[in-house]
Order: sequence, then C-alpha cells, then structure tokens
Amino acid sequence: MKKFAVVAAMATALMGTTAAMAVDLEVTHWWTSAGEAAAIAEFAKAFEAETGNTWVDSALAGSGTGANPVIISRIIGGDPMGATQMNTGRDAEELIQAGLMRDLTDVVADMDIESFYVDASLLEPCRFEGGLYCLPINIHSWDWLWLSTAAYEKIGQPVPKDWNEYVASWPALQDAGVLPFGLATGWPISGVPGVLMSGLGGSDLVLAINRDKDASAVRGPEFRKVAEALDSLRQVISPDMMVPSFGDVGTQLLEGTAAGNIHGDWLQGDLQVAGGVPGENYECLPALGLGDQLTGGGDSFYFPKLPEGTDQAVLDAQADLARILISPEAQLNFNMVKGSMPIRTDIDLAAANPCMQKALGMLGNGLLPSGDFALTSDTQQQLQDLSIEFIDDDSITVDDYVERYASIIESAE
Amino acid sequence: MSQISTMASVSPAPTGAAVEPRGPRPKPFFTPRKIIIYSILVMFSLYYLFPLYVMFTTSLKTMPEIRFGNIFSLPTAPSFDAWVKAWTSACTGLTCEGLAPGFWNSVKITIPSTIISIFIAAVNGYALINWRFKGSEIFFAILIFGSFIPYQVFLYPLVMITREMGIFGSLQAVIIVHTVFGMPILTLLFRNYFASLPQELFKAARVDGAGFWRIFFEIMLPMSLPIFVVALILQVTGIWNDFLFGVVFAGTQNYPMTVQLNNIVNSAQGTPEYNVNMAATVLTGLVPLAVYFVSGKWFVRGVAAGAVKG
Amino acid sequence: MADTALPLEAGAKVNRPSLLKRIILHNLPAKIAALPMMVTVLVVFVGCTLWTIYYSFTNSKLLPTGKFVGIEQYERLFATSRWNVSVTNLITYGVLSLIFTLVVGFILAVLIDQKIRFESAFRTIMLYPFALSFIVTGLVWQWIMNPTLGLQGTMRNLGWENFTFDWIANPRMVLYALLIAGLWQGTGFCMVLMLAGLRGVDEEIWKAARIDGIPTWRTYVSIVVPMMRGVMVTAVVIIGSGIVRLYDLVVALTNGGPGISSEVPAKYVYNYMFSGGNIGQGLAAATMMLLSVIIILIPWAYLEFGGKGRRT
Repeated sequence: MKKFAVVAAMATALMGTTAAMAVDLEVTHWWTSAGEAAAIAEFAKAFEAETGNTWVDSALAGSGTGANPVIISRIIGGDPMGATQMNTGRDAEELIQAGLMRDLTDVVADMDIESFYVDASLLEPCRFEGGLYCLPINIHSWDWLWLSTAAYEKIGQPVPKDWNEYVASWPALQDAGVLPFGLATGWPISGVPGVLMSGLGGSDLVLAINRDKDASAVRGPEFRKVAEALDSLRQVISPDMMVPSFGDVGTQLLEGTAAGNIHGDWLQGDLQVAGGVPGENYECLPALGLGDQLTGGGDSFYFPKLPEGTDQAVLDAQADLARILISPEAQLNFNMVKGSMPIRTDIDLAAANPCMQKALGMLGNGLLPSGDFALTSDTQQQLQDLSIEFIDDDSITVDDYVERYASIIESAE
Repeated sequence: MSQISTMASVSPAPTGAAVEPRGPRPKPFFTPRKIIIYSILVMFSLYYLFPLYVMFTTSLKTMPEIRFGNIFSLPTAPSFDAWVKAWTSACTGLTCEGLAPGFWNSVKITIPSTIISIFIAAVNGYALINWRFKGSEIFFAILIFGSFIPYQVFLYPLVMITREMGIFGSLQAVIIVHTVFGMPILTLLFRNYFASLPQELFKAARVDGAGFWRIFFEIMLPMSLPIFVVALILQVTGIWNDFLFGVVFAGTQNYPMTVQLNNIVNSAQGTPEYNVNMAATVLTGLVPLAVYFVSGKWFVRGVAAGAVKG
Repeated sequence: MADTALPLEAGAKVNRPSLLKRIILHNLPAKIAALPMMVTVLVVFVGCTLWTIYYSFTNSKLLPTGKFVGIEQYERLFATSRWNVSVTNLITYGVLSLIFTLVVGFILAVLIDQKIRFESAFRTIMLYPFALSFIVTGLVWQWIMNPTLGLQGTMRNLGWENFTFDWIANPRMVLYALLIAGLWQGTGFCMVLMLAGLRGVDEEIWKAARIDGIPTWRTYVSIVVPMMRGVMVTAVVIIGSGIVRLYDLVVALTNGGPGISSEVPAKYVYNYMFSGGNIGQGLAAATMMLLSVIIILIPWAYLEFGGKGRRT
C-alpha cells in the first residue's frame, strides 16, 4: 500500500509538472489580411491566457495556392503542425481517411456539441467512420452584396435595396466616373456565381447544383439568369481597374471609387479595421436582397496526428485548444472581429453589428451548402478557372459558360 | 595550347596584346559609328538600370509621396523608415518580426547547400571527363534532361522520399534538394571546364601513379579556381533566390527570406505600403547583388571558361 | 548483397574477368565519386519521373492512392481551355524569349566587343539583374507597370494624357509584359556567354576575312556565328530550361491574369496538384511537359552525345 501511494504521489507530481510546463503549439492558417489577423489574435490570446502555453503563429500568405499546399505537404510529409485552419468542406477529406488527423471525439465528449452547433450539416465533413476529425469554428457566407454609401452620395441616389436596383444604377455610376463593381484579381470572382445562384436562382437551384450535382439544373432557365447576370457584370468590369487584393476593394468602397462588390463576410473585417461603420459608410445586402436563405461554409480547425513520442503536454495543448476554439467566449470575440457567424446558438449576439444581425435572422431558415462546402477542391478549381476566364474574355458566350459549367458539375464527385 | 589562350582571352580586363578585343583598329572617339554604338549601349543600360533606380527611390519615399505618382522623382526627404520596418517589424499574420529571421534562415540554408552541391558537382565533372566509365555519358545526358523538367513534377515524390528519410521539414531536406537540383548545371559547368584543361597534365599524373582523389585535389582543384567562383556565385544567388524548395521542404522555423518577402508583400493589411514592399524587395536582393558586384569579373571569366567549350 | 557475390562467383568459374566485375571494378573510385549523381539520376530524375507518369494514369486526388483510369486525365486535360491557353502562351513566350535573348545577347556582345570604353561598367549593368530572383524581378516590374502609380500614371501626371502602358492589365499584351521582365533578367547572362564565344574566335579568322574584303556583318553572320556552336548550344540549353519552368515570374508579376491570359503549364501543374487536390490531373499535365521537353531535346542530345566519339 505504501509503495502504491508513493507511486501515485510521484505520478501526481509528474502530471503536475507536465501541466505546468508551457509548450509551444504551432498553428497554421492563411488569415493575413488586417481583419483576419485581428480575429485570429483573439484565439491566440484566449489559448495563451487559459493554458499558459505558447501559440506559435505560422501564417501563410495566399490562401488556396500559397497556404494549402504547404499545410497538406507538411501533414503528408510527416512534419505536422499542432493545429491548422482549413475550409470546412472536402479539402481535407482524404487526409482524414488516411488517418492523418486526430480523432477529437473524446476531447469534446463532455461538451455535447450537437446541442449547440447551429447547423448539424456543418459537422458532416468532419465525421468519418464514427470519429470526429475537425471542428468548424465559424460560418462564412459569400452571400453579400456590399454597397458604398459614398458612391451613391456622389450620384445623388439612395443606396439600392436589392440586386435589381443595383444593376439599374450602373449607368448613372459610370457617368459619374464611379466603378459600378470593384473586383480584385484572381480568386475573388470564384464566389460570385454562387451568390448570384442563390439570389437570382433560389434555394432549390443551389441544392440541385451544389448538393445533388445535377447538370440539368445548370442547363435550365434558372441558372441561365445567373449566367446572364455574370455576363452583364463583366460589361462593367475591366482588367485595368482590378485591384490586387479583396482588401483593396474594401478601400474602394469606403472611398466611394467603387459602388459595390460581391464578396464573403470576411470583407467586413477589413471594412471595420479601416474604420467603416455599417449603415453609415457601407450597406450590406444578404442574398442580394432577394433571397431568404444564405449559402455557407466556413472554416474548421484540424489537429493533425502528431508523431509517436510527442510530449503528452503538446497533445494536451491540442485538446485544450480544440475546446477553447468552440467555447462561448472565444467564439464571440473571434467572430465579432472576423465578421463571420459563430457556430454556437447559445451566445448573446446583441453586440453584433447590423449586417451580422441580418445574417443571423436568415440562419434560422437553414443554411444552404455553398460551393466551397459541398464541392471537391478539384471541382472548385475548375469552376474558378471558368469564371476567371469568362469575366475576362467576352468571346465566351453565355451559352458556352452554361455548357462548360454543366460539364464540370457532371464530372463532379 | 589553344585552350589556355582561350582562357586568357576571356579575362575581363584585357591588358596584353594577345587578348585585345576583336574588331577594327581604334579610331578617334567621336565617329558616327562610335556614337551609334554608345547610344545603343546607353539605351540598353537605361532599361537595365531603371528598375534598380525605381526600387531604391520608392523604398526611400513616404506613402503620400508615392501616391502622388511620379516614379522618376527622387525622394524629397529620403528616409530609411521603410527599410527599418521591412527588416524588423513588417507583419505576416500575428508575427511581426520583419525579414530579419528569414535572413538568418537563408544564411543557414545557403552555406551548407552551396558547399555540398559544388563539391559533389566538381567531383562529378571530373569523373565524367577524366575517368569515363560505361554509362557515364548516359547518366550525364539524363542529368541534363532533368534540368529541363519543371520542379513541380518532382515535388510530390520528393516530399514522400524525404518523409521516408525522416528529414522532411528540416534543413537537411532543403540542402539535399538544392544539391540535387543544382547538380545538372554545375556538373555541366565543371565537365566543360575540365574538358578545356590540357589532358597532358592528367595523363602525366596518371603515369606517375597518382590515384583518383590525388589528381583531383592536387592537380585539378588548383587549376579550377575560376570555375569554382562561378559555381559559388551561381549557387549562392540561386539558393538565396529560391522560393519553392524553401517553402515546401525547409519547415516553418527555417523559412528563407524569399518566402517571408512573399508573405509580407502579399499579406496586405489595410492600404498596401509600397515603400515597405520595395524596401523588403531590395533587402532580399541585396545579398545576391553584393555577391555579384564583388565578384563580377570572376563571374564573367568563369562563365566564359566553362561555357565556351560546350 | 547478392550483387557483390555474383561477380566473384563468376570470376572463379572463368579465367577472364567477368562482365559484371569489369563494370563494377573498372574505375571504381570514379564510380564512387559519381554515386551521388547516379543516385540523383536514378531516384529523382528517372524514379520520380516514372512515378509521375504512372500516377498520371490514375484518378488520385489528394493522395497517390487512386485507381488506374487509362487516359481519362489526358482527355480532360486537352478539353480544358486553361491548359490549352497555357500551352499556347508558353510557346509564344518561349519562341519570343529565345529569339530575343539570343539576338539581343549577341548584339550587345558584339557592341561591347568593339574596343569601347567603360566596357566593364556596361557589362556589370547588363548582368546584374541575373543575380536577382524572379520573385524580386516580378515585384519590381509589377510596380513599374502598376497602371495608376507606375510608369503610365507618372507619364499622365507629367502631361502625356494618352500615354498607355497597361500591359499587365491587358490580355493581349500581358505576355509581352512578362517578356520585358524576363528579358531584363536574362539577356545579360546570354550577352556574357556570347562575349566569351566571340573572344574565343581566332584572330587569324578576322584577319583572313578582312583580307578577303568580306564586310564585318557578313563575317559575323557566316563565319563567327557558326564557329560559336558550343556557346550557342549552352545558351539555348540554359535559356530553354528556364522557359519551360517559367513559374515564379508569372506568379509574382501577373498571377496568370488578367483572366487566364498569362497562365503557363507549370502553374497549372502546381495548382491542380496542390490547391486543386487532383494529383492525377496535375501529373498528367506534368507528363505532357516532360514529353515536349524530350521532343525538343532529342535532336540536341543526338548531336551532343550520339554524333561524336569519346574524347579521352
């Protein structure tokens, strides 16, 4: 008995020291714009304050093309980070299937996560053979039309209330030398067709295309409206007016040099950091002001399986971080800054700004699967290539666009 | 003996009669012909110098001055603030340490990679020219083929190979990768250079009974200083300038300077600070530029010596 | 090691040294010294290439675990307009870049070879960009070509309202923007090679040409250039390998835009292999690049290695 007590005491002492010993946990993400960096700092602060461990920040510029390859090759290459952000969806599905991610079932077992996750569909990509391999930490939606108050003051018109009014205002804007639609080069165009799809085509169209991969829906009359809207959009976009990054479009909106932009809610983080106030400097129209449901995906955190022999304290730090990320306080602080919606239903969002309030109202109607949520990265990449090409090259007709979109959806898995 | 005169004739500052540039006899300075030659050369020089000028002046300007939009103008009040910011405090995500850590990482990567890759390539070139064996030319041919293949082709399998070796995400991995991909061009240089040396020396040493390594260290090396300098310059600049291998193989804690440059320039937080971007660009280019300016003459001579006998 | 046992056994049986023994033991130190090269060639250049070709016939996504699907990836590849645009771009850029680099490099070398003053200064100015990375090159030229704050904006501010230099934003001109930056970086190196070649030409040839009354330009074109075959080959090899790989410069200067008008094959490979999570597709594209390299190189390799006997 005595012997056992000694061992137990030693074990306690050891565990005590392990718990007290601060470890480094490397976290990779691609949140490098001003608003994004301020948001991730909220997680880092919470993690360091609550556990005493150190958050080693490895930000990688250039989301998809820059960061994803590095994150994936490090996990495949056996040099995993402690935790990483990725899109909620199918980007990491093979990494999960290959057993490279840590199963978080036990970590969150006592948290009853099903009870507070705002939409059960969010957790689906994380589940595999009964395990839970990632935690969605926010809901992002592309479904926003951002409008510049300053631009509409210039032409002396009220800020449009929906897409149709917005389109009608383009001639006046152009006469006044204001860019009707600000756009950054590269990937930002990739979200626009999806937004037009839910706003102009309706919820059924989104479900048919993104969820059911139904190519006949693409060839139908509803999607044609989307392609035609995109066609009219490209008439007012010229390559020499495009800016390098989406954050620059935010600047254009606040200055009033561009009147509108379709972009995801993370743009709001940058608008706020730059001093913009919703309702005063900019207006936001969810679902183009026409629909009543948002498409959404979001970001998730993954915790790669660490190599054999990793210090237990690091594994504990992973678990601690996982729990902190979805805790009410961190969720609130993070999402307020990020401009995204929290994944918890049980937190008080009275402090949320008017745009987010609108979004929360629509969340009650259920979330539609966005392209980045429901499609493989391969399909997303093809659709992005198509949209980038279409916007720039007027010789591609609306019919071509529809047909090519349909054939990509046909081959999607 | 023609090889020796070839080498001499490519020395950068011809002094002796035997090494004069070709072309007609000297004439008075201001002939129409000279004026045409000089004006073409000056025109091209402006094309080459303009970006350097823009890089430096922009990095010394303030943002309001840049927004005024005169790319030619000199900074009204030159300030190194942008340089200081780029070096010490420019941000990527939450990390605001500037380029300084990347600089030291680049040093840690460049020095061993350069030494190892040059040594291996030198021995290779020597073996290929003086100690041919069955199949050596085939290996060499494939090696040169390899230099045309885009690196992206090898990236994925190399990640798996380095993983199996247990070194992925470390300095060793990035050093090995640099050695592998420096091999084609360096071997070509050394092979051509050794081919241009008089074979009599090698044969005499062999008759005297000197072995593979002795001939290499005692006869070949002392004669190959120029080509070593070229190889050194090629590798130092090449490895310093590398982006792809650094970002994939070195691991986050060893990110070289180019990766941090890209991170800083592309993580636009608020209004882009073009002066800081340009300062970061200049800082990243400074090491290879310094290497080049210090060793310029050797570079020219070595390139010439290695290449002429293609 | 069964391999090492074999030659001994064979050597015991027959009087003359066996084939294997000769292959292994002949010039042994040289083979040991060349071991890193052999490993590189076999493992990386041959091994990884075969791996690439094999997996281009599978439907592998993020991990190389896919099933064999025949030429499906290739069918998709050639039905993809981004790929076809990339190939056309690379051919256009490659031909122009090769011609201009060689011609400009040669002309500059000839000019510098005319007993001029400040030769060293001119050469230094022309060669320094070669020391800079494509990332730096791309960022600098992007800044110069910035439509509002760069050269165009400056000229307009100075009063030339119609001055236009918006090549990076103009789909029809963007390849020339790449070319300007690429030539800026690479022509100096070609010039140095050419200069070395020019100075390697025997003085006697010039004397003979002058005595025969052949004009200088004709001497260059019909006598000197053919004599510089070695330098030309080296230059073409170095420039050519740079062109096929063209990637960093595009990423830093245009990122493939506007639209897809400056996309290149290497970027397609990278995008589909990593961010697109479709290894099979990326590797099929890589295999096509490999194939075209081989087609271009075979004639050269034949000249270089097949036509001549051993030199030692």
